[in-house]
Amino acid sequence: MNHDFEAVIGLEVHVQLATRSKIFSSAKARLESGESVANEVPNINTTPIDAGHPGTLPVLNRKAMEYAIKTGLATQCKVNLTNQFARKHYFYPDLPKGYQISQFTQPICEHGFIDIETSEGSSKRIGITRIHMEEDAGKSTHHQGHTLVNLNRAGIPLVEVVSEPDMRSPQEAVAYLRKLYSIVTFIGVCDGNMQEGNFRCDANVSIRKKGDMKLGTRTEIKNVNSFRFVEKAIDYEIQRQIQTVLSGGSIVQETRLYDSDKNQTIAMRTKEEADDYRYFPDPDLPPLIIEPALVQSLANELPELPSVKKIRFEKEFGLNAEDAGLLTSSRKLCDFFEESVGKLTELNVSAQNGAKTIANLINGEWNRLLAETNIKIEESKIRPIHFAGIAQFVLGQTISATAAKQVVAKIFAEGADDSFNALEKVIESLGLKQVNDAAALEAAIAKVLEANPKQVGEYLSGKEKVIGFLVGQAMKAMGGRANPALLQQLMQEKLKLIKPN
Amino acid sequence: MKYQTISEIHKAFQEGNETPLTLTQSYLEKIKASNHNAYITVCEDRALKQAETLSHELKEKYKGHVPLKEFPLFGIPMGQKDVFTIEGVRTTCASRMLENYLPPYTSTVVKRLENAGAITLGKLNMDEFAMGSSSENSAYGPVLHPTHLDRVPGGSSGGSGTAVAADLCFAATGTDTGGSIRLPASFCGVVGFKPTYGRVSRYGLIAFASSLDQAGPLTHSVEDSARILDVIAGEDEMDCTSSNLEKPNWWAELQQRKAESNLKGFRVGVPEEYFVDGIDSEVRSAIEKSIESFRNQGAVVVPVSLPHTKYAVSTYYLVAVSEASSNLSRFDGIKFGVRPESASNAKTPQEYYKKVRTLFGEEVKRRIVLGTFALSTGYYDAYYQKACQARRLMRQDFENAFQQVDVIVSPVSPTTAFKLGEKSKNPLQMYLTDIFTIPASLAGLPSMSVPVGNDSGGLSIGLHIIGNRFNESAVFRAGFWAEKLRGSV
Repeated sequence: MNHDFEAVIGLEVHVQLATRSKIFSSAKARLESGESVANEVPNINTTPIDAGHPGTLPVLNRKAMEYAIKTGLATQCKVNLTNQFARKHYFYPDLPKGYQISQFTQPICEHGFIDIETSEGSSKRIGITRIHMEEDAGKSTHHQGHTLVNLNRAGIPLVEVVSEPDMRSPQEAVAYLRKLYSIVTFIGVCDGNMQEGNFRCDANVSIRKKGDMKLGTRTEIKNVNSFRFVEKAIDYEIQRQIQTVLSGGSIVQETRLYDSDKNQTIAMRTKEEADDYRYFPDPDLPPLIIEPALVQSLANELPELPSVKKIRFEKEFGLNAEDAGLLTSSRKLCDFFEESVGKLTELNVSAQNGAKTIANLINGEWNRLLAETNIKIEESKIRPIHFAGIAQFVLGQTISATAAKQVVAKIFAEGADDSFNALEKVIESLGLKQVNDAAALEAAIAKVLEANPKQVGEYLSGKEKVIGFLVGQAMKAMGGRANPALLQQLMQEKLKLIKPN
Repeated sequence: MKYQTISEIHKAFQEGNETPLTLTQSYLEKIKASNHNAYITVCEDRALKQAETLSHELKEKYKGHVPLKEFPLFGIPMGQKDVFTIEGVRTTCASRMLENYLPPYTSTVVKRLENAGAITLGKLNMDEFAMGSSSENSAYGPVLHPTHLDRVPGGSSGGSGTAVAADLCFAATGTDTGGSIRLPASFCGVVGFKPTYGRVSRYGLIAFASSLDQAGPLTHSVEDSARILDVIAGEDEMDCTSSNLEKPNWWAELQQRKAESNLKGFRVGVPEEYFVDGIDSEVRSAIEKSIESFRNQGAVVVPVSLPHTKYAVSTYYLVAVSEASSNLSRFDGIKFGVRPESASNAKTPQEYYKKVRTLFGEEVKRRIVLGTFALSTGYYDAYYQKACQARRLMRQDFENAFQQVDVIVSPVSPTTAFKLGEKSKNPLQMYLTDIFTIPASLAGLPSMSVPVGNDSGGLSIGLHIIGNRFNESAVFRAGFWAEKLRGSV
């Protein structure tokens, strides 16, 4: 990045709330499978209210309001006990009423923040200007010569979380998004399926000379649907703006889309005039008055937030920041981990010891398998009880930590019942049972030492690193099943006993 | 006219002189023979089916005793203003836009009426999307006055007014946003009631101005007005602007009024700002006589002031049109309604919308443009916002006045029914017809029109009675007495 310029980034995130019904009608807002209702037979998931039939009226789904309040509480916002819905007008085929019910001058929450970790490791506070409730629009698909409109999605409850323009790099933007994502999935207000459109991000990007207080003209990058693409899109846009200014041009306020194939942002066809949304308070929805007691009880319902959990995992289980961070990045993952650790006590294994092993297996092997096979956490055949059992075996030296990965993979593929015997069977079937018997190890070591006089000589003349080779040979001879620590220890002892010639 | 009240009809049922079926059939005959253009759609098959079922039940199930408790409107043939949705029944709002529209659901008002035993004869003609004061703005031809066929019945519920007055239904529903029940009631010589805003559900009432629209009955008598309001009023979970306040049984209250011998202590307010030049002298005289008759019964007549009255019409024509421009945004030919062939060939969305939305009539277009302007950036504060503030002041005027009086009375309109075409060329002239009814609408107050006399041309004159919020009881009481004392002075 050109050191004369700094980037100023603000993010608007539309979070689809995981309520059972839509925000103003009784139609379904989500399917049990987690798939979007947009995928059902087009227009089957609508009531006359969602299709904007004349004479219909909106009635607020209180759960949506509660989820909006929870989102505000979890991001340190002030909840406005009196707030108001407003109509935002524009004509488009997938906006059935010709206006979207949203909030304008009186949003439900304001003035919060999210703390992120910068790349330097320090903490930075990103302000949240406001959070407001609104309804989702339908979906248009464009074909040759015609457009199809599907209203299944119209009316799904959204909260729009608007940040202050506090971010200064694509990395900070992504850190903020990941944090916000973990918060809303953690507190259970959002399912977090980005492919289904549960969490949609628009980025406002501008540049200015370092030290300048005035904001530059900004462009809006719309609908980037993955964290990776957000980072790339913002990065590209910053560079583009800098290049434009450096070559004497000026930035046009416009909406741009990100093309992930070309890794570019592209201007949408500019409209002749900006939309005038003609906001006014929706006369069909009286001012929303929220009881302080309700806010309090919702606050009490909030679970431990991811940032708090992360610190606790580091302290209680001795996990490193990276591992703890990975585990707390999603509610499902975190719940799975905590359930696994919980099972350890059932097996009389100390949580402190076993948690680290479990964390490694979850973040490593299992995470890889999930990504490869595209299977969801709840569909995984390997369950918390298995992880606890495997950790127990590792801690008891029955299998090595490395071998444990193979066990995970096997149960992931085929499943296993959750008894001790079942796990043992898997271990045996893979031939992974660790050999802890010193005599057997010593026998293998003796053979290896005899077969590799050159390396022994090197070791004895001071080249200590060569022990790695010798241990490796012995492990190979043992079919990979030797207890690594014991093998290492015995090898060292044996080598000490050899008198130099 | 055979029957004066619902009670008389039920008596005829009990005595076996009439059945729901014979009554409905006779109305359908009259409708066929009429040239008032009061109906846009006649629901002959549906009505006959309803009537047959009720006749059968009356005989077999109820052994000739009308089950009044469960079905207070048993067998009563009604017309429904074509602004109320009925599932599967063409509902047009008198517009080309909805020429072919079959709603997928029934409005709460019609549902409650039919659940109470009422029979729907058909959908009544009106000003398009309830925008008008004469029922000349209909895409299906104007409605004619019940007796003077060269005159307007008033609007926007003109079909309702004419149908009741010309005995083309026994009672009707209307809607009132700035006077659209009260004005046709006055012009046609029937009783028209607009409840407090929030008393009656708006679910299924195709919206003109959301903060003003209210449904109400048009009937021959005040007691039937109360009877119908008893059925339709009450909280609806489908409408969060509907009130959950307890409602009295207004018809029962009126039965008690029949026993009272005078109006001693009843305070009747006369607003000085309403009795200005421009009121037709015969209208003024009839209203004054009515007020005098109250005084003769012991009522106290109190002059009151409603100082912000002069802002009422402009306030209304900002608030109402702004909400209307918004409510009518949904008419785009995409999900329902008419989509002209030419629209399907449009090259851009803008072109498409132009081709569809040109189906609106002149007055509707006028109000949409006005409303869009009033809400737009740069004008919102000076127009819409200002109007909302003025509205609050007018509400305050009424609240102050009601400290001293129980009801406020005035003419409904400066004149009796005018001629077809007389005001339709001049929108502003037309808007001034509502000058007395608008303030009560802005303040959300219950009000009614009761016929108290005729002018020398035989045209009816209505007394306008306004009550405090949720005090329909006082309005009904005054209306009952006005009806009783008609002609006594």
